Amino acid sequence: MAVLKVPVTPNDHIQGDDGAPVTLVEYGDYECPFCGRAYSIIKQLQQHYGPQLRFVFRNFPLAQIHPLAESAAETAEFAGAHGRFWEMHDGLYENQDRLSVPLMFELTEELGLSAAALRKALASHEFLPKIRADFSGGVRSGVNGTPTFFINGVRHDGPWEYEDLLAAIDARLVQLGRTA
Amino acid sequence: MAQILPPGTQAPDFTLNVTPDQKLSLSELRGRPVILAFYPADWSPVCGDQMSLYNEVLPEFEKHGAELLGISVDGAWCHAAFAKDRHLHFPLLSDFEPKGDVSRKYGAYRHNDGLSERALFVLDKDGNIVWSYCSPVAVNPGAEGILEALEDLSSKEKNTHGRVESPSYAK
Repeated sequence: MAVLKVPVTPNDHIQGDDGAPVTLVEYGDYECPFCGRAYSIIKQLQQHYGPQLRFVFRNFPLAQIHPLAESAAETAEFAGAHGRFWEMHDGLYENQDRLSVPLMFELTEELGLSAAALRKALASHEFLPKIRADFSGGVRSGVNGTPTFFINGVRHDGPWEYEDLLAAIDARLVQLGRTA
Repeated sequence: MAQILPPGTQAPDFTLNVTPDQKLSLSELRGRPVILAFYPADWSPVCGDQMSLYNEVLPEFEKHGAELLGISVDGAWCHAAFAKDRHLHFPLLSDFEPKGDVSRKYGAYRHNDGLSERALFVLDKDGNIVWSYCSPVAVNPGAEGILEALEDLSSKEKNTHGRVESPSYAK
């Protein structure tokens, strides 16, 4: 059984309440089409569970097969440094079919952030060490592709359609003595 | 699942095509750790398949001086096209003729399917198997087991060096 070796900390990108009984961690890649599909599934789960679910996103760019994945992750981290991580994260996935460097700048400007500052961050790879750290921690935890999910620290193996994740999270809630 | 060669076994030597016109023998890699990753087939239709993952983790394997070899029954031309498509930076060997011969020697052949198992072996610098693992064929085993085995090897290596270098009078 693969378990999350890097605990969730305030340095993570977190949506939801710290007191939520279930934490779903995703290791994802902005250029991976499967992650693009997972994006809307997560939104549905968040809607369904409300405050019972906390969601954490960590970077796992497969840079050799996805040439834009690393810059996209850097762009999201750049936005995160300005308190706008989730808007950028959502924008990148919602526009995944036209993912490109110009799109990253377009989204940056839409958020009212400085394109010049993004250019500088991308050129100096300011956020790459954080992304690499996410990646290494993921490998250590048994992330074997994208997306990989952990539910309360345990890797979710097998299919991850909405119904699959719903069943897995419900099971966890029942174990915790909460009604699903 | 097949019974793969366990730790403590000397890894059987082999010579396989690494490109359509080049061969590689395991014995050429003596002196550094070797990772053998047997896998069923090129072109599995997912992002972050096993070989793509190892490609990304390669720098961590290299920190331990380890050499990674992927092995399947696919032909050398198929491997060449697959490696090019996925930008793989490590060799893929063809266990193609006689088909599956090397996989069989490692106990990593699925006779019914005619494919290699998803079996991993970590060898020390002398060619001894120090860790092996066979994953269900549909499950990508990831890289953490390999990294742990390499770390064990590196720390043992250090200890041995310590002993060798300590002066003989310091008993």
